[in-house]
Amino acid sequence: MAETGAVERGAPGRRLSARRALGRVAWGLRAYGFIAAMWVRSTMAYRASFAMMLVANFATTFLDFAAIMIMFSQVDALGGFALPEVAFLYGTSCVAFGLSDLLLGEAERIGRRVRDGTMDILLMRPVPVLSQIAADRFALRRLGRIIQGSLVLGWSLTRLQLDWTAGEVLLTVSMVLSGGLIFGCLFVLGGAFQFWAQDASEVQNAFTYGGTTLLQYPPTVFGKELVRGATFVVPLAFVNWLPALRVLGHDDPLGLPGWVDFAAPAVALLCCAGTALVWRAGLRSYRSTGS
Amino acid sequence: MHLLRLNLAVAASGFRRYATYRVATVAGVFTNTVFGFILAYTFIALWYERPQLGGYDQSQALTFVWIGQAMLATAALMGGGFQDEFHERVRNGDVAIDLYRPVDLQLWWFASDLGRAAFQLLGRGLVPMAVGAFAFELTLPSSPTVWLLFLCAVFLAVVVSFALRYLFALCGFWLLDAAGLGALSTLMSVFFSGMLLPLTVFPGAFGEVVLWLPWAATLQVPADVLLGESGGGGLAGLGFQLAWAVVLLVAGRLLQAAATSKVVVQGG
Repeated sequence: MAETGAVERGAPGRRLSARRALGRVAWGLRAYGFIAAMWVRSTMAYRASFAMMLVANFATTFLDFAAIMIMFSQVDALGGFALPEVAFLYGTSCVAFGLSDLLLGEAERIGRRVRDGTMDILLMRPVPVLSQIAADRFALRRLGRIIQGSLVLGWSLTRLQLDWTAGEVLLTVSMVLSGGLIFGCLFVLGGAFQFWAQDASEVQNAFTYGGTTLLQYPPTVFGKELVRGATFVVPLAFVNWLPALRVLGHDDPLGLPGWVDFAAPAVALLCCAGTALVWRAGLRSYRSTGS
Repeated sequence: MHLLRLNLAVAASGFRRYATYRVATVAGVFTNTVFGFILAYTFIALWYERPQLGGYDQSQALTFVWIGQAMLATAALMGGGFQDEFHERVRNGDVAIDLYRPVDLQLWWFASDLGRAAFQLLGRGLVPMAVGAFAFELTLPSSPTVWLLFLCAVFLAVVVSFALRYLFALCGFWLLDAAGLGALSTLMSVFFSGMLLPLTVFPGAFGEVVLWLPWAATLQVPADVLLGESGGGGLAGLGFQLAWAVVLLVAGRLLQAAATSKVVVQGG
């Protein structure tokens, strides 16, 4: 196809053939694995400390659910959703966010690297910068959130007593995976944003941590404008709201067409493409500190 | 007199230090506001199901949300503040230098943390509160006396929060890696301050107990003072805060004495 010698000879750095692009992605992932494995080894040198941090991570995220349980000790339903249904939303949101937090959560430290100049070191190594950034200080303790979310999700599934069809099982699995991708995009976008605004790392917390908190509650709780914003501006609704409403048999408050419930994987891929462009633009605009 | 001037100077530099990062402050305000909206909507749903839950009406509950967002950075309810820096100095031994300076360790960090809190009350507290008052119907008092009492309650909340964080941070003298303790400190603060839900909503005997814990003094009490829900025209709440402040600061002094006399600075 487009794989011509002319392109390779002409501008080797800018336009890559499909095969070389794939090779680069594979190398990026392998490098990520190497760096992450190194951090895991170093974490495991202090097992007691690791165990404590894992428990702390688990407990911190559990508090959110404790608050929901306290709410339901006072009421039977929130926005027309019972506790097992809210737990289903909570579990899917938490696991999807946990996956992206584990794999890409370190991207929020880019601002610090830009400020103290250690970003330069990453640019000099023959490994994609994103792999290095994302795998840096790879923190296995973040499994705590995934474990906690999975437990809540498991509990909700035993309580919901849905008649599962193969399609709904697939929908739930794809919810968590595409949700993880969408949150991952938010982490990388937030990181790229810090190339321009180094001190503003907290803005992304509104979308990442704020997003997962938002999705723990039913969309019927929130104002229509907020739900619209979380559907069309930041596509958080595709993480779990839209597909989960179908699984749980609730109507979608925006009244969108039914096929939208299955659109999450496509939306996630679209997000990835957009994120890739923004990330490249951010990285290109990087000027070393002091310059 | 000299001591007062010194500590005022430390507090002023603490204020200026945080005031330097304007973009970070704006980013923080944005995030506080977003979280305020999310919480406010969940509270509306909750109070729609159970009006008068926890002794608040819906408007009071919403006011609670935005007071919480305004106090979040001010009283360092979710981390932030001096303790990470202090812990790092204990861990790498720099605290030895602090100890031979002719200033008191606790007082020094207290002054600098007060300066930080003063900036964050203005920089990160006012705007979310104003946005909240603009977007929702809040119950704000018209009497200047109540606002004055609220300011006192905010000051005491910062003192209690400092005293608690100082106690946790001092444990770093005995533990090599106090990251776990820091996480525990934040955890307790988030849950028992009322940040997630007002403590009056907590059910049964547990709900009674949490109101007497020191963390209640960091958010629940100031909110109750502003909402006019604290007994004795707010004085009961202030007394509660003052009692915990004294107990915890004295405990901090005792622990500090034990730490600096018994523990060899690492590497020394």
